[in-house]
Amino acid sequence: MKLIIAIIKPFKLEDVKEALAGVGIEGMTVTDVKGFGRQKGHTEIYRGSEYTVDFLPKVKIEIAVGDELVGKAIDAICAGAKTGKIGDGKIFVLPLEEIVRIRTDERGETAV
Amino acid sequence: MPRPPLSFRRLIVALAITCCSGALAQPAAPVTAPPVQPSIEQRLASLEAYINNTDPSAALKDQAGNVPRGLTTPVSGVPGPGHNAWMMLSATLVLFMTLPGLGLFYGGLVRTKNALSVMAWCFGITSLVTVLWWAVGYSLVFGKSFNSPFLGGTEFFFFRGVGSTPNPDYSPWVSQSVFAVYQLAFAIITPAVLIGAVVERMKFSAVLAFSALWLLLVYCPIAHMVWGVNGYMNGLSNPAAGIKAIDFAGGMVVEMASGFSALILCLIVGKRLGHGRTPMPPHSLFMCVVGTGILWIGWYGFNAGSAVAADGVAANAFLTTTLAAAVAAGTWALLEHLARGKASVLGFCSGAVAGLVTITPACGYVDATGAMIAGLLGGAIPYFACTKIKSLFGYDDALDVLGVHGVGGFVGLLVTGFFATATVNPNLSTNLSKLVGTSLWVEQAKGIAVTLAWATIGTAIIAGLVKFALGIRPTVEAEIEGLDISDHGEEAYIFDAKS
Repeated sequence: MKLIIAIIKPFKLEDVKEALAGVGIEGMTVTDVKGFGRQKGHTEIYRGSEYTVDFLPKVKIEIAVGDELVGKAIDAICAGAKTGKIGDGKIFVLPLEEIVRIRTDERGETAV
Repeated sequence: MPRPPLSFRRLIVALAITCCSGALAQPAAPVTAPPVQPSIEQRLASLEAYINNTDPSAALKDQAGNVPRGLTTPVSGVPGPGHNAWMMLSATLVLFMTLPGLGLFYGGLVRTKNALSVMAWCFGITSLVTVLWWAVGYSLVFGKSFNSPFLGGTEFFFFRGVGSTPNPDYSPWVSQSVFAVYQLAFAIITPAVLIGAVVERMKFSAVLAFSALWLLLVYCPIAHMVWGVNGYMNGLSNPAAGIKAIDFAGGMVVEMASGFSALILCLIVGKRLGHGRTPMPPHSLFMCVVGTGILWIGWYGFNAGSAVAADGVAANAFLTTTLAAAVAAGTWALLEHLARGKASVLGFCSGAVAGLVTITPACGYVDATGAMIAGLLGGAIPYFACTKIKSLFGYDDALDVLGVHGVGGFVGLLVTGFFATATVNPNLSTNLSKLVGTSLWVEQAKGIAVTLAWATIGTAIIAGLVKFALGIRPTVEAEIEGLDISDHGEEAYIFDAKS
């Protein structure tokens, strides 16, 4: 089992969600986040006072998947989130020790 | 000039316009000698005076210039409905400029944690100044019992005698009560504009204490000097004025007084914590735009209302106000576009307000061409003051009160000096015929100097006093937490209030 964390451009969330649904992944946790990588921020000027906005708004998606779905999920996220321009985001894949469905107490992959 | 009691005059009016009905059969108050009756011509002239906004008793004067004892007309000493209606609307518009216009304009420019405190300052000043104005302020500006060019008098303390009857010193047709409320709205917005320089870092108690003292020691004397019938700088209607300056709607009284006081106050209060290091961007430019729109609309009451009549001079101010605001808004945004490739919304807002400030002293004295020039200069010069001069000196005038109001007022007063014309305002030929079109600008410059000196020295003393007696800044913790919570126990925005 793996936990996939993807940081994407906010306006690509709908595309990524649909692409993931296309490979059978229909559960996810989405968070609004801020950060920067190579894209860096931009400057804003208010009556001559200049501010650099370093942290850009992004969306973080977290999904837990069985091992056999990891490749498809990564491909789907890339397909949905790619614009080809700087700032498209990153995908992190982490090993996942355990999953518990609280309602039924199911454990492991059946609880995904 | 003693007059018969109001009830008696009303009775005459009623008798003149109705057939004597039973309803009016109650006995009239006993009168020892029946008053002289005005002729039809005199009554007509008295009525015509209403249309022309002149003195209704002028037609009653004999060759020596005195009104015979007891002679009056039904319209003498009563408010004229049209003028009174316009002035009640104007007073409402000027109050609307502060609540919520200025509150939104300023509130949008501060950070979320201080947004509500700006509203609280505007509201607090409104309540406080209203009480002071009722008690002493109005009288200190528009009374004349001191017989002084620098301060009014005591005769209208606690609004004594301030009723529906016009005060002919200021208008033959507008109720003095309406005039007093109209002027109250100016007395409210002036300190409210001033405190824009020190938002996010002054204690609420200190703001109120400062505003009260500033109103009495700076605003009232300057307003009397400029607008009082016997004022030191009232070139328009005081033939004995020491400085023959003119200021139609408050370039000295409101704009320069608040703008230059703001500079001194922000130097004494000091910079916001983290100024220059921490970003302090406006939290809602959208709110700022709404506030700007309200200010612009309200300014019609401020400027056109300053004619204290619904007459031709008011109509001229209405026109020039519009031109200057629109031109200055566009000028500021265009300069931004030229300087860095982008015209900003805050630029449009700042330009509009700066243009309105600039046309304020001029609006009832200059024609459309003068207004276009005021708009261009009012957009350009405050733009440089806000974007270049402030960063050059590094003072923390948070909302650019000096750059917009101080500098805009200064520019407007000089524009008035150069472009005022009696074609627009015939009153300019009464006492100023030799100066208009020639050296009026020198008188304007003298007025500017006196206002600047009085406002800055007065503010330094008052702010020093408040700092010493009360403390002027919140604690570091309170300032970091934000004044909304530390001073008022509230927050402007609670988005998760449902959960």
